[in-house]
Amino acid sequence: MSEKIISAENLTKKFKNLTALDAINFEVEKGNLTAIIGPDGAGKTTLMRLIAGLMTPTSGNLKVLGKNILGNEQEIQSKISYLPQKFGLYEDLSIEENMTLYADLHGVEKNLRRERFSHLLEMTGLTPFTKRLAGKLSGGMKQKLGLACTLVRSPEILLLDEPTVGVDPLSRRELWEIVKQLVAEENLSVVVNTAYMDEAELCEKVFVMNHGKILKFGTPAEITAVAENRCYRIKTPPNMPTRILQSILMDDKENVIDSVPEGNFVRFIGAANCSADFFNKKLNLPVEKISERLEDGFMILLHDDEKNKNPAVANLKKLSLNEKYFISDEIDIEVKNLLKKFGDFTAVDKTSFEVHRGEVFGLLGPNGAGKTTTFRMLCGLLPLTDGFLSVAGVNLRTARTEARVNIGYVAQKFSLYGNLTVEENLNFFGGAYGLSGKILSNRIAEVLQEFHLDGHEKDAAGDLPGGYKQRLSMAAALLHNPKILFLDEPTSGIDPLARRDFWRQITDLSVKGTTIIITTHFMEEAEYCDRMMIQDKGKLLILGTPQEIRKNFGGENSTMNEIFIKIVENSRGGA
Amino acid sequence: MNFFRRLTALVKKEFLQIIRDNSSILIGAVLPIILILLIGYGISLDVKKVPVAVVFEDFSPTAQRTLNFLNGSEYYAPQFVTSMNDAKILFHERKVDAILVVPPNFSAELLRNNAKLQLILYGGDSATATAIQGYFEGSIRQINLQNSRAGYVSIESRMWFNDINSSTWYFIPGILMLIMTIVGVFLTALVMAREWERGTLESIFVTPVNILEILLSKMIPYFCIAMIGFFLCLIAAKFLYEIPMHGSFLIILLASILYLFVSLGIGLVLSAITKSQFLAAQISLIVSFMPALMLTGFIFDLRCVPDFISTIGHILPPTYYLELLKSLFLAGNNWNLIFKNCAILILYAVFFVGLALKVTRKRVE
Amino acid sequence: MLIRKEFLSTVKDPRTRAILIAPVIVQSMLFGHAATFNLEKVPYALLDLNRSETSTNFIAKLEGGGVFQRVKNLGNSNEIAAAIDSGEALMVITIAQNFESEILQSRAGKIQVITDGRNTMTASVASGYLGRIVDEFNGAGKISLDVIAWFNENLITRWNFLPGLMGLLSLIQVMLLAGLSVAREREQGTFDQLLVTPLSPFQILIGKAVIPVVIGIFQATLVFLICRNVFEIPFNGSLPPLYLTLLIFTLSCTGIGLSISAISSSMQQVMVYCFVLILPMVLLSGFATPVANMPEFLQILTYADPLRFALDSLRRIYLEGCTISDVAFNFVPMLTVAAITLPVAAYLFRNNIE
Repeated sequence: MSEKIISAENLTKKFKNLTALDAINFEVEKGNLTAIIGPDGAGKTTLMRLIAGLMTPTSGNLKVLGKNILGNEQEIQSKISYLPQKFGLYEDLSIEENMTLYADLHGVEKNLRRERFSHLLEMTGLTPFTKRLAGKLSGGMKQKLGLACTLVRSPEILLLDEPTVGVDPLSRRELWEIVKQLVAEENLSVVVNTAYMDEAELCEKVFVMNHGKILKFGTPAEITAVAENRCYRIKTPPNMPTRILQSILMDDKENVIDSVPEGNFVRFIGAANCSADFFNKKLNLPVEKISERLEDGFMILLHDDEKNKNPAVANLKKLSLNEKYFISDEIDIEVKNLLKKFGDFTAVDKTSFEVHRGEVFGLLGPNGAGKTTTFRMLCGLLPLTDGFLSVAGVNLRTARTEARVNIGYVAQKFSLYGNLTVEENLNFFGGAYGLSGKILSNRIAEVLQEFHLDGHEKDAAGDLPGGYKQRLSMAAALLHNPKILFLDEPTSGIDPLARRDFWRQITDLSVKGTTIIITTHFMEEAEYCDRMMIQDKGKLLILGTPQEIRKNFGGENSTMNEIFIKIVENSRGGA
Repeated sequence: MNFFRRLTALVKKEFLQIIRDNSSILIGAVLPIILILLIGYGISLDVKKVPVAVVFEDFSPTAQRTLNFLNGSEYYAPQFVTSMNDAKILFHERKVDAILVVPPNFSAELLRNNAKLQLILYGGDSATATAIQGYFEGSIRQINLQNSRAGYVSIESRMWFNDINSSTWYFIPGILMLIMTIVGVFLTALVMAREWERGTLESIFVTPVNILEILLSKMIPYFCIAMIGFFLCLIAAKFLYEIPMHGSFLIILLASILYLFVSLGIGLVLSAITKSQFLAAQISLIVSFMPALMLTGFIFDLRCVPDFISTIGHILPPTYYLELLKSLFLAGNNWNLIFKNCAILILYAVFFVGLALKVTRKRVE
Repeated sequence: MLIRKEFLSTVKDPRTRAILIAPVIVQSMLFGHAATFNLEKVPYALLDLNRSETSTNFIAKLEGGGVFQRVKNLGNSNEIAAAIDSGEALMVITIAQNFESEILQSRAGKIQVITDGRNTMTASVASGYLGRIVDEFNGAGKISLDVIAWFNENLITRWNFLPGLMGLLSLIQVMLLAGLSVAREREQGTFDQLLVTPLSPFQILIGKAVIPVVIGIFQATLVFLICRNVFEIPFNGSLPPLYLTLLIFTLSCTGIGLSISAISSSMQQVMVYCFVLILPMVLLSGFATPVANMPEFLQILTYADPLRFALDSLRRIYLEGCTISDVAFNFVPMLTVAAITLPVAAYLFRNNIE
C-alpha cells in the first residue's frame, strides 16, 4: 500500500441553496496521476479549492499530506501547487517576470532556479518568448506559462483545474507531456479536473463525479469496462450526413444511451438489454460490435445517474432514415483572398472558401492560427484589410449592417447580460434584431420551449448553470431565424452530456436550412461537420469533408485529434 | 528571511506593473501637478479689481470727490455710467459684479451728515459679494472717520500665518491631503480589487505567501507613489508659491506617513469587502474623496458650520491630518496639536490596517 | 429597446440602485449644511486691557448678535499666540489700554484684531462682521452705505452652492456611468454580441447615452428637491430652462464619458481617466472659486469644461429666474463639446476593436 496524500471522509460543502459536495469519501495515493471527470456542476472545482485550502468544508474531514486542512491551510499551501481554471497571470509582466515572481514566493534558490527555468521553458516551448508580456500570449501559451509558474519548484501535490479548456490539441498534447515527464522525474502526485476523456485515459486513477457525489472510482480500464459488450457502430448510408444517422440513434432514448459520428460510421452504446441483432432489425442497417472506450463507460455511468432527467432540447424536427438529406448548392458565404493585417503582422493570409446553405462548416486550427480573426471578419466585427467577403449575398465591405440582419452569433464565453433575466435578455436581443409585439413574444415562447428554458424566464441569466447559459446564448442568437449561425467555441468547458444536446440542436437547425459556422477545440466534434477547414499561422492548410481529410492523412483508424496534429505538424515542419 | 524574500518579490512585481500601466503614474504624478498648478495659478478666492458700475445721479463735484477712492485702487475697477438702466445692463451681462448708486440728493444730504450710497451686489456669487461688501464698507468707514469729530472705535487688523492674505497658501495643505486620499484609498482599492476580479489572487494564495505579505506588498508601492505626489506638491509649493514652512519638515513628513497608512488601510478594506473595481471606485469616491473635499475644513471651516456637520467632520481622519498640516505649514510647531492629532491618526491607522488584515482572507468563497 | 435593456441592467442590481440614490441625498444634505462661508459663529478670545465702562459696552455690543462667541479671556498679550495656534479662537480681539480715554477725548479708541489666516476666507468674513459691528457702535457717520444683494439677499453661500451641486454630482455620476457602460460590456464580451446585431453605431450610441442622461437628470432633480424643500432656497426660475440646461449638460458629459470608454481597454482605465479629468473640471468650473478670478489662459481652457457653463446657467436660472434666451449663450460651448465627443465615441465603438 502506498502512502495516502489526500483523504476525505464525508466531505460536504454547501453553498446557499446548493450542495456542491455531498458527503464524499475518497483517497488519493502518492505518486499517482488522478483525474476527476464529470459534468458541469458536479463539484469538481469546489473539490479542488477545498484541497487547496481556499474554501472551508461545511462538514466532514479532509486531510492533505497527513494534516487536517482546517487550521493548517498555510502549511499545506506552502507544499502544494495549484493551477486554477483561469490562471491569474499578471498580464503586464513578461514570461520571465511571472516565473521569477513565483520562484521568489516559493523560495527557490537562485542557483537551482536557472536550471529549473531553462528546463521548464524548454518543455513548454516558451524559451524564445521570455521577454514577451503574458497578456500578449495566445491561450495555449498562457496555460503553459501558468503550468510553468506552478512548477517553479517541485510541489508535493499538483492540482490542475481544467488545465486544457480552450487549448488546441497540439498545445494540449505538449502540456500533458510536461505533466507526465514531471510525474516520472519527480514522483509528483497530480490531481486533475478534465472534460477530455483522452486525458483521463492517461491517468492512473479516475473519479467520475456527478451532482456532488462520486459515481465510480477506479483505473481507466475499470471504468471502461462498464461499457463492455455494449458498443456498436453502423456505416452511414450514402448521401446522408453522418450526423443525421447519429441524431436518429440519439433520439431513440429507450434503446440508445449515446451515439457519436466517426467518419462514415456512427458509434453508439446500446441499452443494457439490447443486442446487435436488435439494432440490425430495427434499423435495417448492418451493425457491427466494437470495443469500448473510457468515454463509453463514463456516458453509461452518467446516464444511469440521470435517468429521470428530461432531454435538454425539444421541438426537434423528426428525422427518418427514409428521407433524403442533402445540402443545397446555393452559396451563403463567399470568401475570396481574405486578408487581415495588424500592423506588420498578417493574421489571415489570402484565404478563400465557400459555405453552402444548410451546411455545417467547421473552422479548426491551433491557438493563434487566425481562426478567431477570420471568424470575427465573417461576423462583421472586424473590417478586412483586403479581399472579398460576402455573407448571405451581402458584400460585407459595403454593407455591414445589412449583412448582420442575416446572422446569429454565439460568442466564445457567455456574453449575455448576466444581471438581466432570461426573458429580458431575449426581449432585448429580439428587439435589437427588429422583432416586436406579437411576433417577438411568440418567438420567445418558441425558443424557450425549444431550448428547455421554460420555467427559468425570471432567473437572472448570470446565475444559470453552464449548460443553461449556453442554451440561452443559442436561443438569443436564433430569435430572428437567421440564415447563418456563427458559433465560436460553443462547447468549450461544456460537459459531454450537454455537448450531445448541443449537437442534436445543430443537426436540427441544419436540417431546417440554417447554415452553421463553428469553431471548436474538440476534434471529435469536427466529425459532425459537413466540411471543415484547418488554419495555421494565418494560412489555410486544408479544406474538405472529414472523410476526405481522414483518407488523405492517416487513414480510417486514426482519430480526428491525431489527424489534426499530423496536418499542423506537417505544415510547420515544411515551413 | 523568507518573509523578506517573498515580500521583495511581490513588491517588485507591483512596481513592474505600475511602470507598465500608466494609470498609477497618472494619479500619482500627473494629477498632483495639474492640481497644484491649477490651484496655484487658477484658483483664487482673493477678489481684486472688482468691476463695479458707478451711477452718478448727483453730478456735483462733491460727489465726485467723495468717490475718488475708487480710482487708482487695487480693489476697484469702476465703470462710470449715467443711468441706472445702463448699469443694470452691465450687471445682467455680468460685466460688473456690483452697482454703486450715488443718489441725486447726495451732496445736499452730505452737508446734513445724512448722505446715503446704495450698493447693489450680485447675490449669485455670495463669496465674491461678501468680499466686495467688505471693501466698500472699509472705504466708507475711512471717509467717515476722517471727518469724525466724536470719539470712535478703530480696528487695527492683522492676519496671522498668511501675511499676504493669499488663498493659495491655504489651499496647498488641502491638496496634499487630497492626493494622499486619492492614492491611498482610490488607487489602492482599485488595484487590489483588480487582483480579486482577475483571479490572480487565487493563484498567489496557494503559495507560501501570507496575508500580511500580500497587504504589505500593496502598501509599499502605493506608499511610494503617494510620496512622489507629496514631494512634487511640496516642491511646487515651496518654489512656485513660496509657502512658508514654519513647522518642522520632519513632523510634516511623519504626519503624512501616518495619514497615508490610514488611507491605504481604508483602500484595502474597501477592496476586500467589494472585490469589484466598480464598487470599490464608487464607494471610495463616496466615503473618502467627497467628504475629504467638503467636510474636513478644506473649503469650509469646521469651526463655523452647524454642530452636527462639525461632529461628522471630526469622525473623518483627513480632518485631523489637514488641521495639523495647515498649522505646521503656516503656524509652526504646536506640540499640543501635534501630539493630539498624531495620536488620533495612529489610532485610525492601526484600526484600518488591522481591519484590512482581518477582512482579507485567503478564501475564494 | 436598447434603452430599456440599459435601464434594466442599470437599475436591476439593488447595490447599484442604492449607489445611485442614497449618496446623492446624503451628500447634498451634508454638504449643503457644511457649505457656508456665512459664519454661524466666530469663536474669539478677548484681551481687554482697558476694562472700562466703554469697553464693557463694546463687548456687550459685540456679543449681542450671538455670532461672536468668546471662548477665552486672556490675561496678557503673551497668551495670544497660544489661543490662535491651537485653533481654539479664530480671532483675538485686544482692547487697548487707553481705549476709553481716547474715545472720550474724541480720538480713536483702538482695538487690535488678530485673525487666523490658515483659513483666509473665514478670516476675511469674520473681519467683515466685526467691521459692521464697530460701525454700528460708532453710530451713523456722514455717509451710510445701503447694501442690497440681488437674488440672494443675505448672501447665503448655500444658495450658490447647492444649485451648483446639482451640476457637480450629476457630472461625476454621468461620467462614470457613461464611461463604464461600454468598457464593462467589452470586459464581459457582451459588446461584440451587440455589434453583430443590425443596430447601427448611432443607435448604440443613443442607447448608451440615454441612461446616463436620465440618471444625471434624476440625481439633479433629487438635489433640486432638497434645495427647495430642505434648505428652502426660493426657486425664481421655471422648470423648462432648468431641465433644458441639465439635458444639454448631461449630454455633453455623456459624450466625454463615452469617448473615454471607447478608448479605454479596461474599467480600471476608465475610472482613472475619469478621475483625472473630473478634478480639473471641477476646479475650472467656478464651483468653489469664481472663473473671473482665473488668469486669462485658464479662462480660455474653461470653454472646454461643460460644468462651467452648466453651473453658470443653473445658478442663474435658479436664483435670478433667467429664461432660456438669457442663458442660451452658455449652451453653445456645451453643445459643441457634445457635438464633438458623441460622434467620436460612436466612431470608436466600431473601429477601436483590436
